[in-house]
Amino acid sequence: MALLEIRHVVRRFGDYTAVDNVSISVETGEFFTLLGPSGCGKTTLLRMIAGFDLPDSGQILLDGRDMVGTPPEKRPVHTVFQTYALFPHMTVADNVAFPLRMGGRTQPEIRERVQHALDGVRLPDFANRFPHELSGGQKQRVALARGLVNRPRLLLLDEPLGALDAKLREEMQIELINLQKEVGITFVFVTHAQDEALALSHRIAVMNRGRVEQIDEPSRIYGFPRNRFVADFIGKISMMEARVVEAEPSRLRLEVAELGEVVMAGRDGVKAGDRGVVAIRPEQVRISRPAAPAESENHFPGRVHDFLYVGDVTTYIVELSNGARIEALLPNASPGRATFFEVGDEVGVSWRHDTGIFLDD
Amino acid sequence: MTRDTPRSTRAARLLTGGPPLLFLLVFFVIPSLIMVLTSFRFPGEFGGLAPVTAPADQAAGEYGFTTEAYAFFFSDTLYARVFLKSFGVALATTLACLLMAYPLALLIARSEKRFRNLMVLLVILPFASNFLIRVYAWAIILGPQSALSRVANTLLALLGMEPATLLFSPFAVLVGMVYVHLPFMILPLYTNLEKHDPALLDAAQDLGARGWQRFWRVTWPLSLPGVFSGSALVFIPVLGMFAVPDILGGTRDILIGNLIKDQFLGTRDWPFGSVLSIMLTLAVLSVASLTAWFARAAGRTP
Repeated sequence: MALLEIRHVVRRFGDYTAVDNVSISVETGEFFTLLGPSGCGKTTLLRMIAGFDLPDSGQILLDGRDMVGTPPEKRPVHTVFQTYALFPHMTVADNVAFPLRMGGRTQPEIRERVQHALDGVRLPDFANRFPHELSGGQKQRVALARGLVNRPRLLLLDEPLGALDAKLREEMQIELINLQKEVGITFVFVTHAQDEALALSHRIAVMNRGRVEQIDEPSRIYGFPRNRFVADFIGKISMMEARVVEAEPSRLRLEVAELGEVVMAGRDGVKAGDRGVVAIRPEQVRISRPAAPAESENHFPGRVHDFLYVGDVTTYIVELSNGARIEALLPNASPGRATFFEVGDEVGVSWRHDTGIFLDD
Repeated sequence: MTRDTPRSTRAARLLTGGPPLLFLLVFFVIPSLIMVLTSFRFPGEFGGLAPVTAPADQAAGEYGFTTEAYAFFFSDTLYARVFLKSFGVALATTLACLLMAYPLALLIARSEKRFRNLMVLLVILPFASNFLIRVYAWAIILGPQSALSRVANTLLALLGMEPATLLFSPFAVLVGMVYVHLPFMILPLYTNLEKHDPALLDAAQDLGARGWQRFWRVTWPLSLPGVFSGSALVFIPVLGMFAVPDILGGTRDILIGNLIKDQFLGTRDWPFGSVLSIMLTLAVLSVASLTAWFARAAGRTP
């Protein structure tokens, strides 16, 4: 039995459907992420799991028990809020002790568990500080310690890394993964940052307009997006409109207008005549001098429209003969830009038939 | 810091800080000094003050400086008792104001944003009419002919009890004091409560705190600065107030304010009036510093 089961949950605000028939099940010990753009319903869903909001229809079960009718203070679920919501008038120790005090634990037990929790988030000497004396990352850790100290069945995290700068965010991501492994508590994490979701999660539910578009492991979400929204929202991807000419189990032959034939790996349920898009990730596209021989089926001439040097890699935007733009990514393995293509250069782009994906409409 | 302040900054400081400083100097510091001087002199025969130097007319009475007025203050426990009673009234008024203002301030702070300003406006609306008129209105409301008194006395008669007089009683003074000072408690409380992050209450609830626990452990401690400033704004003026006990308290319920007023306008004993004023100022200052100390202690350790 799954730890958390969300069954056909609907939540409306007036005419607006914030959460539209969502069903998700989260297993014990999982790091599960709700990912989507702002307004996709992920925070509303989180608030319903915590008990701050109730579904208009559907069920939320925890350990098989329907949580509707159980107020937030009685649910074995704690939340790490986006703004941390540390009590400003309490020391770090009192903040962390708060759920234990509410639970009526004895003083010696509280002291021991608070210290243990603070050790766990690497703040053993911060017990007597006040929240305003802490940095953003330290506040974040105190909020985590406070959420975990009572060993809830489920810890909800509402964009907890959103307020941190990029460097600190990466550090905290690694810490979060380790912490979750150590304590073994199930995490439900909400974020709009796809890189964060990919890096942290065991499984991701991609949400859009109140619906779940896809639930899968990070690599499958990235590699096998189910539809255009997921493909476009997760990572970078170039898309071209195409029509299926021939569908075999192992390969698809597609016609891209004014460009020619594209060959891709076969997919179940796709048949000749279907329309959709060819979607290729920048790192799957090779870029070469036009003189280079065609090394794979999908090889097209183009011209460098623009490039973006970001240090570790350079992204080239290549305009194909039909006007479509495709992104190709080159790692900068040696100092300086590895390959020097300039804007306006004639180049060839190619990709293997078993990379990229065909998404039907 | 020995760095030179640019001349323009110094000029700006003088321009912004100068006028209020001058105002306080002329209308607070100098009068206070005059009052201290006055407290060490003899009262004049027909009011005012006796001369400092020996008058040419040898027949005239006392002159020069004396501590007679202070001796008089400490000679009779009557004055200490009036002080004590005034403190009692001020304390009762403050507590009553706090009990009434807190729920209201909380209600305003937690209502929808667009209604808040309107509600605050309603709180300060009574200031639009004259203070004395409002207090006299209470004299009518509490008077023997008022509907309130009649209903109260009918009820008392039904229970077989003596009719009660509402007006000219400590109760009337308390009602008047609370009524006049309530907004001064509501406003600082509201200003404080309005700033509370609602996420803190969510967090408390999420971590297992029930309704009252959320109030006592989060809202109340965070509101203490508002409680202290509201209390100071009520307690201190009530201590010196003479109009309300004059109008609603009759002749029996004399507070320090009335005593001081009588020394200057009735008995015409300026030195003794000054002594009373100085004692009141000292009392207020000690209460204020105690409050500040408590507020700081509350801010430091919850």
